[in-house]
Amino acid sequence: MPDTVPAGNDAGGAGATVLLKDVSFGYERRRTILSGIDMSVPRGKVVAIMGGSGCGKTTILRLIGGQLRPQRGQVLVDGRDVASLEREELFAMRRKIGMLFQMGALFTDMSVFENIAFPLREHTELPEELIRDLVLMKLNAVGLRGAAGLTPSELSGGMARRVALARAIALDPMLVMYDEPFAGLDPISLGIVGQLIRRLNDALGITSVVVTHDIYESLKIVDYIYFVSEGRIVSRGTPAEVRASSEAFVRQFVDGAADGPVPFHYPARPLGEDFARAA
Amino acid sequence: MRPDSVAWALRRVGRATLGSVERLGFAARFSVAVLVHSPAALRRLSLTLREIYFSGVLSLVIILVSGLFVGMVLALQGYDVLTRYGANESLGVLVALSLVRELGPVVAGLLFASRAGSAITAEIGLMKTTEQLSAMEMMAVDPLARVVAPRFFGGIVSMPLLAALFSTLGIFGAYLVGVKLIGIDAGSFWGNMQSAVDFRYDIVNGIIKSIVFGVAVSLIAVFEGYNARPTAAGVSTATTRTVVASSLSILALDFVLTVFMFRGVGA
Repeated sequence: MPDTVPAGNDAGGAGATVLLKDVSFGYERRRTILSGIDMSVPRGKVVAIMGGSGCGKTTILRLIGGQLRPQRGQVLVDGRDVASLEREELFAMRRKIGMLFQMGALFTDMSVFENIAFPLREHTELPEELIRDLVLMKLNAVGLRGAAGLTPSELSGGMARRVALARAIALDPMLVMYDEPFAGLDPISLGIVGQLIRRLNDALGITSVVVTHDIYESLKIVDYIYFVSEGRIVSRGTPAEVRASSEAFVRQFVDGAADGPVPFHYPARPLGEDFARAA
Repeated sequence: MRPDSVAWALRRVGRATLGSVERLGFAARFSVAVLVHSPAALRRLSLTLREIYFSGVLSLVIILVSGLFVGMVLALQGYDVLTRYGANESLGVLVALSLVRELGPVVAGLLFASRAGSAITAEIGLMKTTEQLSAMEMMAVDPLARVVAPRFFGGIVSMPLLAALFSTLGIFGAYLVGVKLIGIDAGSFWGNMQSAVDFRYDIVNGIIKSIVFGVAVSLIAVFEGYNARPTAAGVSTATTRTVVASSLSILALDFVLTVFMFRGVGA
């Protein structure tokens, strides 16, 4: 597996929709969540960020979306430094970004139809007939046109994720970010959501960043994968390179091994020392 | 006491103090931000009307029933005391002044905090827990303008109306007990009330109190919801804090407002 990113994912950033340069972040000064992250998401590609729970994957999405600001380094979206944007500029940038949250984050006091119409009504002056047509088109793209009248509480987990996906693409964004899109789904829903991510990316010409720990589904649909552990990028490569990799971290992740570079035990004193204290 | 115990205790006190100051600062900044976004609530009139419905209309049952019973009890207790001094014809005055000046705004405020304030906190807290607020932010929609400001404004509009209805039903309850049940003359009940209750001094001051309580309860409710930890326990704690903080604020503010409004009494 290459140490440096291949041409398509050149950290120099030519043609990159998202570029992270030496990004470090921590919620508190002393506790670092991300350290020295270099990442490039080329236009039109589906890039996965993988790693165990709590390794900082979602934090990367929040940095890209401007919900957090890096302590060091730069986050560039479409060539603009997110941290330097004024509030209005940041909101203008977000109109070009769709995001699918882990549990969908659908508005529970609105119907499926209203959820998808929400960004259209907030950001456009389109007549109601056109909004209706657009919403039905987006729902049709995710196979849920017939569910327009349902409320979020009537949807299964997979359907909720698909509705959230339709809402994420409502404004025809240039970039869609997915936060754990496969979490908690049955195999059929998982396959549907995976295929939708790939199909919509290619059909609409958007760029996708998928944060996940589902290695098998990701290998089927993404163009490039970054592995994050303890706030650092520990490996990267195309799906073929990942499958062939002999790197210990990647092997542990792909094989689902309990112990390895990511230890089974949480850091603790030696066992004998603990028993001696109790005695 | 060992030195490390002292250091540990000092660290805890320091951490708690810093936490409180930080929370106070955040609350102040949040309040300013809500006030700045309040005009947005007027621009989104349909959202504000919806919140007036949820905070105001859906609180009607508890406010009207409570007002009726408070007025009826006040009439019974008041009649018992006034009869000892041969002043039972002043029952209408006693009930009206008690309700319009104090009980209307205060009890309606306490009920409003329990019914609507806690609901606002729980709703915003759950929206935060289920990432709905984050989703809104990522859709370039400011939650302060879309979620918080309409609820804040809805509370401010609802509270004086509910307090007025509470007082009205209270007076009606007193009428039922005093005039219909006990048999006080209806003319003296209403006539004495009309001559003793001053519009500017009593009613307007009561309305001002209820508006102030409405601002306090609504602000506390939206702040606690927005600041809730995004967990089930966090939302539960935030809801409790809303009821406790709102109730204490109402009682403290009532004392301060009463001192300024009715300082001429007894002079």
